[in-house]
Amino acid sequence: MTAYLVALRAIVLREMLRFVHQRSRFLSALVRPLVWLVIFAAGFRAALGVSIIPPYQTYITYEVYIVPGLCGMIQLFNGMQSSLSLVYDQEMGSMRLLLTSRLPRAWLLFCKLLAGTAVSILQVYVFLALAAAFGITMPPLGYLYVFPALVLSGLMLGALGLLISSTIRQLENFAGVMNFVIFPMFFMSSALYPLWKMAESSPLLRDICALNPFTHAVELIRFALYESVNLWALVWVAVAFAVFLIGALIGYDPARGLIRR
Amino acid sequence: MNALSVRNVSYSFGVRTALDDVSFDLETGRFAALLGPNGAGKSTLFALLTRLLVTRHGQIYVAGFDVRANPRAALARIGVVFQQPTLDLDMTVARNLSYFAALQGLSGRAAQASIDAALDRLDMRERAGEVVRALNGGHRRRMEIARALVHGPEVLLLDEPTVGLDTASRRAITAHVHDLAGDGLTVLWATHLVDEIRPGDDVIVLHRGRVLAHRPAREIARSGDLGDAFITMTGEEGVQ
Repeated sequence: MTAYLVALRAIVLREMLRFVHQRSRFLSALVRPLVWLVIFAAGFRAALGVSIIPPYQTYITYEVYIVPGLCGMIQLFNGMQSSLSLVYDQEMGSMRLLLTSRLPRAWLLFCKLLAGTAVSILQVYVFLALAAAFGITMPPLGYLYVFPALVLSGLMLGALGLLISSTIRQLENFAGVMNFVIFPMFFMSSALYPLWKMAESSPLLRDICALNPFTHAVELIRFALYESVNLWALVWVAVAFAVFLIGALIGYDPARGLIRR
Repeated sequence: MNALSVRNVSYSFGVRTALDDVSFDLETGRFAALLGPNGAGKSTLFALLTRLLVTRHGQIYVAGFDVRANPRAALARIGVVFQQPTLDLDMTVARNLSYFAALQGLSGRAAQASIDAALDRLDMRERAGEVVRALNGGHRRRMEIARALVHGPEVLLLDEPTVGLDTASRRAITAHVHDLAGDGLTVLWATHLVDEIRPGDDVIVLHRGRVLAHRPAREIARSGDLGDAFITMTGEEGVQ
């Protein structure tokens, strides 16, 4: 096994173990989307009718509509959390260990992203299993097709988190990130309501939603769960990933002097 | 060839100058104390040596490799113990070390052999199976020093490694690292505590980002006390 793969395996394993050890994080990661699915969706079911739009072939209930959005939410939280742990979880120390290794820094940061993505995918599948237990199931092959979609969306959201951790030093607590990153991204997306519904109330808001990369991550996941590919979403997510990753690599460039102590 | 060579290095954070034209050379196998009060620029220098920061002003060579031009070769020859602990508390000593070895691209038997050897050098072998959370501060530090040796570096950097430890642990660690220098490793030990320095050690006095002196400790102390000599030199009371 080459040195690069040795490092990759170790970083992914460590991230997985850390996640399993932090029981409260593990539980809240599972409970959060379930609360949305079981309580919020049940309440809104009556208020919101979702008509037939691709990829759905038939009328669906609201619970069914928001499952892909909640998969995206899991990854959004996870991406922000794993990068924020760098700042407030004494994880900057372990980041230093990573950055002073003799392997190329860009590779190690990518490994770190992949590790965070692996953790988020684990959570998504547990959530999908619980959703199935509540009777909300997808086409069988959808569970397979969604995997590559989750890899890409997880990388994109993780890279965004890494970029935020490297640039915005004021966001040192999770509440700030909730207010200024997670909530706007989540609510201004197609996670909870389809975009045409949004257009009925505000065309401007609809346009903002259409620009939000999180919207495209959700659509990518939604289509994959129904065994199809949303090419436009795929391109959007891939481009957003590239932009965020390059930004994060610049952010962690030692010449910019980011990690001061 | 010098194990570590710092030439005319300057660094500033915006308008605040942290290091101002710092130069020194360390011969192979020397124990050098980087002595300076808090805020002297020690941590900034360490960040530059480990490439957490880079500067356009001046050069740093590790075993002949320029940190800026050839960072991977230079980093491969550096072992570092940061001031803040960088440990996975819920994992065993052995797992912490094998994770670090993997970050360096080492695995399998070769990695295990160098992990065992590093633990032996710090008398930590029998604690390999213990979870780090259960170790006291001194043993945690020793584990971090052992970890810094896993990839076989030529230069060992320690940034105030005894902060927060009791006297006995402080003595044990200071003695261990002096032994490492005796075995041929070049050591740069940042501190503001003069009792960690032996008469034969090199002392680099860093004050407000400048090197005030670089001589063996006994020459700096002359007939008196190293701490007094240091206070006279810097005019500060920050040293014990």
